[in-house]
Amino acid sequence: MKSLWPELERKLSRVQKPARYIGCEDGSIVPEHAPHKVAWLLTYPDTYEIGLPNQGLQILAEIINERDDAVAERAYAPWTDLETILRADGLPLFSIESHLPAQAFDVLAFNLSAELIYTNVLNLIDLAGIPLRADERSETDLLVAAGGHCTYNPEPLADFVDFYVIGDGEEVVSEITEVLREWKATPRSSGARHHVLRELSKIPGVYVPSMYDVEYDGAKLVGTFPKYADVPEVVEKRTIADLAEWPYPKNQLVPLTEVVHDRLSVEIFRGCTRGCRFCQAGMITRPVRERPAEQVRQMIQEGLARTGYDEVALTSLSTADFSGIENIVRDTVHDPVNCGNVTVALPSLRVDAFTVGVAADIGSARRTGLTFAPEAGTWRMRQVINKLITEEDLYGAVESAYSEGWRRMKLYFLTGLPSETDEDTLGIAEMARNCVELGKKYHNSASVTVSLGGFVPKPFTPFQWFGQNTEKELSRKIFLLKDEVNTARGVQMKWHDSRASMAEGIASRGDRRIGKVVEMVWRRGGVFQEWGEHFNYDLWTECMAEAGLSIDWYVHRHREEDEVLPWDHISAGLHKDFLWQEWRDALAMVGLPDCRWTPCYDCGACTGYGIEHIVASATAPAGGSQGTGQDIIGAKTGVPVKLLRSKPETLTI
Amino acid sequence: MMLRLRYSKLGKIRFVSHRDMARIWERVLRKARFPMAYSEGFHPRPKLSFGLALPTCGESDCEYLDITAAPDWDAAEIDGLPERFTAAMPDGVIVEDVVELPAGMDSLQAAVTSCTWNIEIINTTEIDAADYVARVLAAEVLEVTRVRKGKPVTDDIRPLIYSLALTQTADGNLALAAELGTQPRALRPSEVVLAVEPHLETGRIRRTKQWITVDGARCEPLAAVAAVDAHTTVGVG
Repeated sequence: MKSLWPELERKLSRVQKPARYIGCEDGSIVPEHAPHKVAWLLTYPDTYEIGLPNQGLQILAEIINERDDAVAERAYAPWTDLETILRADGLPLFSIESHLPAQAFDVLAFNLSAELIYTNVLNLIDLAGIPLRADERSETDLLVAAGGHCTYNPEPLADFVDFYVIGDGEEVVSEITEVLREWKATPRSSGARHHVLRELSKIPGVYVPSMYDVEYDGAKLVGTFPKYADVPEVVEKRTIADLAEWPYPKNQLVPLTEVVHDRLSVEIFRGCTRGCRFCQAGMITRPVRERPAEQVRQMIQEGLARTGYDEVALTSLSTADFSGIENIVRDTVHDPVNCGNVTVALPSLRVDAFTVGVAADIGSARRTGLTFAPEAGTWRMRQVINKLITEEDLYGAVESAYSEGWRRMKLYFLTGLPSETDEDTLGIAEMARNCVELGKKYHNSASVTVSLGGFVPKPFTPFQWFGQNTEKELSRKIFLLKDEVNTARGVQMKWHDSRASMAEGIASRGDRRIGKVVEMVWRRGGVFQEWGEHFNYDLWTECMAEAGLSIDWYVHRHREEDEVLPWDHISAGLHKDFLWQEWRDALAMVGLPDCRWTPCYDCGACTGYGIEHIVASATAPAGGSQGTGQDIIGAKTGVPVKLLRSKPETLTI
Repeated sequence: MMLRLRYSKLGKIRFVSHRDMARIWERVLRKARFPMAYSEGFHPRPKLSFGLALPTCGESDCEYLDITAAPDWDAAEIDGLPERFTAAMPDGVIVEDVVELPAGMDSLQAAVTSCTWNIEIINTTEIDAADYVARVLAAEVLEVTRVRKGKPVTDDIRPLIYSLALTQTADGNLALAAELGTQPRALRPSEVVLAVEPHLETGRIRRTKQWITVDGARCEPLAAVAAVDAHTTVGVG
């Protein structure tokens, strides 16, 4: 097919930020298509600025383009101005490297990293020019695929997606490509589409919704069952055992226009076993797999030299936990090649003095703001969520940061957590006030920004059974805290729209019946729902009501232990009884230590797949409640070891 | 030491804004391992001074940038710089020439007095376009109203239209050739096609020259540096 560029070029002078549609990034690959090559269109269903930095898309694009039987290009959601022009002129979704129409590809593959982008997915399927529903697509239509964290509950989009990939994509993308190559090589005669989907469903980690029947008993879900004997009853996630084998992206894209996280990113480990009970990422990405320090250094050095960036982010779910993190940071900052002008960004930091020490190595240039995530305002609440940071550690970290020269602290919290009382909510203000107090000892201008999110329970977490707070209750708590914060000097507060949390809740734990709600919201113009200026609460409540579905039942109801969950036919390796025990322990305020440094409690993520943690150091970070965790558990709550319900197992490290 | 360089910006990269271009330059200078001088203070920034902004979507044969090199930079490297910078640039940008900038030169924004533009015009005929040009040139006063800082501002743009004529684009389409003044403010091509009724519609816009006035004569900015240099030398002699 022909490039749409000549037609697009004339239109781009009429849209905002046209540079996001031209491609041309440093590092981007303009592949050579050929009839025998499987063509993937890797699509991020949000704007270019949000989607470009996504590492998953970049990693897969490189892996696919390294194959000689496949090509990959990227697409992003055009902003509403360009979409209006495209639709008016009958132009489809296009790739940004070759500006080929979506129909020139074999697979339209989406990254799903947030539930509120689901309506954008439908919009882009439609803009691609293929039927919206999987069962309406013909033999010649391209296949719609999806991967990313949200796929652990694939059901809300199951009617629209031909196949899902659950878990790490690095290996499975090649296995899928090989099946698709066969499909491409054979005529698209009747039954070919069913055949290729059936073959895909046999690949571990691939879920083909059309190969399953969903049974209900009234509102109640009975189960999701394979239609055929050769289709697995449960789809297990994929996990790459060793991150060192996958030093991707090798050529990180450098965009020509400003994007979020506009810097080099190096993933230093994948997985997290801190065990925060609200955190889906920490549950579904187990075990911890560190990248060897030497490889990290090499990726930083080569990346900075190649891109010209002056900032590198060391990414993971808890960056200060990387073995030897302080050496990596120091060496990068003091590398003579970098002339002292390179800074290191450390997202997802643990709250303790060690962390501040590492952050202090970054240098004085960026010492303006530091972000911590205590997540809850009282020790009681933090025990419930298993984010075991003591007040001493938090205040120790904060004081140490102020004394090192930081003036602004940003603290992340959640509200609407299980068993939360108003005292817990107000504890956030108390904590922020105490932090400002500490800061005033060092700087008159010391300030704290409280960033508050409404808690949305996620599948495969101990809180998956919890009934989410209503919009009204969340908003009551937000303003209760806001009023309290107003009386505290030096404390500012930002919060997430509680109505958006409700909509997120519908999609987060919804079943296949929610698909029609997503479709209705989209048909009524509800796109870019994660953007404040486009989010439309009334659309969601209206469409739920018209579909005859109860928001209360889907979002606010506590689930029972024996209830069949919409994602029970998907597995992240975690035993359901482990999660249930964690849920009970949460309510009993019983903590669980990090299994990286303590005996295995058999959550299932390692034992089920025969994989293990890969860490360079078997020693927990020194000191602090976020060190081993055992000191506080032993000392303060006296959790008996028997609650760690499994046989202790020795890990190979 | 300060350097002044000229580069072209053609093709897809025309959709990159002036501000994005500034960010690209910072990365390119680091990629090319050019030792930049940094500002003092809390947030040290490389000392780069950009010329007149090119409208997003506009192409150019003649963009300019002044760079301050770190004190330890070896000035003998100047000859290889255009190739080094071009190699580090995205497709569509070619660094054409670099000269050493003597101390005390005006900044590009202050020194440039006019720009020559090739403005593609579409959906019109040669006769209508010629008539448009004639009416603009015949006008003594051309008042246009712009919104600046939220307030409407009316000024006469006729004095800033130094020349205007019909011409062609590189691929043979109808176009305007215009020399537009930049002091006290830079007149934009988009304003010229809206100056009289009925308006013209633009296609591609390309800046083909920027000019600095030296002793009453128009000079291309890098040539101007040489001219001023020569002038100074003569003066001292």
